[in-house]
Parts: sequence; C-alpha cells; structure tokens
Amino acid sequence: MRRLDDVLPWATLAAMLVAQWLIFVVVPTEAQMGIVQRIFYFHVPVAWAAFLCFFVVAGASAVYLWKGSETADRLALASAEVGVLFCTLVLITGPIWARPIWGVWWTWDPRLTMTVILWAIYAGYLMLRAFGGDDASTARYAAVLGIIGVLDIPVIRVSVRLLQGIHPAVLTNRQGGSGLTDPTMRATLYVSALAMLLLAWWLVALRMRTARLETTLRALRRQLESREGAVA
Amino acid sequence: MTDNLGYLFAAYTAVWLGIFFYVRRLARRGQELEDEVRELRRRVEG
Repeated sequence: MRRLDDVLPWATLAAMLVAQWLIFVVVPTEAQMGIVQRIFYFHVPVAWAAFLCFFVVAGASAVYLWKGSETADRLALASAEVGVLFCTLVLITGPIWARPIWGVWWTWDPRLTMTVILWAIYAGYLMLRAFGGDDASTARYAAVLGIIGVLDIPVIRVSVRLLQGIHPAVLTNRQGGSGLTDPTMRATLYVSALAMLLLAWWLVALRMRTARLETTLRALRRQLESREGAVA
Repeated sequence: MTDNLGYLFAAYTAVWLGIFFYVRRLARRGQELEDEVRELRRRVEG
C-alpha cells in the first residue's frame, strides 16, 4: 500500500502530461465548434471522475451500514468531497463551453438540471458530515443519503436521449451512433479520462489520510479528557 | 476560430485552480493535524 501511495502521484503526473500534449498539440480542431470543443477533453473526464466518486460513496456507505467499517466510512467521506469538487468543476466548465456554442451561460436542460441536483445532494452530504457531529447516527444518516444520491446518475446518463435535452452526447449520439467519430479525438478523451481518474484516486487517498488523522485526534482527545477527569 | 481561445483558457484555468487549491488545503490540514496529534501523544504519554 505504501508503494502504491508513492507511485500514484507520479503516475497521475505522467498521465496528465500525456493528456495535455494530446489535447493541445495532437488532437485536430473540431470543424463546427472550433477550438472551444477542446473543453470537452477535460469537462467530460472530470464528470466521469465525479460520477465514479459518487458510486464509491454509495458502495462504501453500503459497506459501512452493513459491517460498520470505519475505513468504509472514511472512504465514503473522502470520495464525496472529491466528487463534489469535480462536480463543481463540471458545473463551471460546462457554462464556459455553452456560452460561445449555445449563446447562453446556462439553460435548464434536463442533464444540466439533474447534475445540479446531484451536486446539491452530495454538498448536503458534506454539510451533514461537517455540522451533524461525529457520532455514529450522523454517519448512518449520511450513508443513507450517499446511497440514495447515486440514483441520480443513471437519470443524468439517459436524460440526453430520453428527455430530449440539448446537451450533446459525447460518446454516443441520440441515435445510438458515435458522438466522436475521429479516432484521435476518442483516444484523447480516453487518455484524459484515465489521467483524471488517477487524479481523483490520488485526491481520495490524500483525503483519507486526513480523515484517519482526524479519527486519531478524536481518540487522543477522549483519552486525555478521561485522564484529566480522573485526576480531578 | 481562435476567437474562443479565451473560453478554453478560462475553463482550463478553472479546473487547475480548483484542483490546486484543494490539494493545498488538504496538505495544510494534514500538516496541522499531524502537529496536533504529535502534541496530544506527547501529553498522553508524558
């Protein structure tokens, strides 16, 4: 595990450098949208990484409710925080792409609306963890919220096709065909996605380390309080 | 085609600034917690 912690930041850096080279040097400029289409190569991977983080929250929350594992609870908290960060970046980069292409910063398209709801659910999860105290009942309520929240992701996935939204389908178009036909564009998207997933993994590992320290600190405080209470 | 370069730059900057500030916050918080844990361990053991 120690070895993986050492390798992960370097693997992330290497994948990121390759992804940037592909995005800004290799990939051809899209004919209709022009240079602004390159936003896709980090907007979409950031969205995928956010979704994966929220699936991890749901999975780890289920394990916590089932087994009471504190490690699973810490993994859920860490993944929720990284997921909300990435979801925030999705909601920032999306409008920056939309302004020159749609002519507006924001529209209440089904996919956009469901993404805002997803962000709000997990922001609520983080607020519950931050202000609900550090007892087991708060962790259990948060775990239930973490599991329910993930149900929004399949809705986001199908909203482009079923709810007739205007958000573009990047991998598959509305007819089920390919959204990115150029193989270089697809390769760039996949490499960028790999880099972003590695980054998300590294950030979750860093946040889990902080959460472990917080647990140790609480235990030490309790130990000290009980000792000082016994002396008094 | 290069008219929209500012939008690409803005989106790219937003992503990297967001990640940079989060990593910096985690690193600082981690350091603070390590210092506090060390201090409390010293008091518990002392």
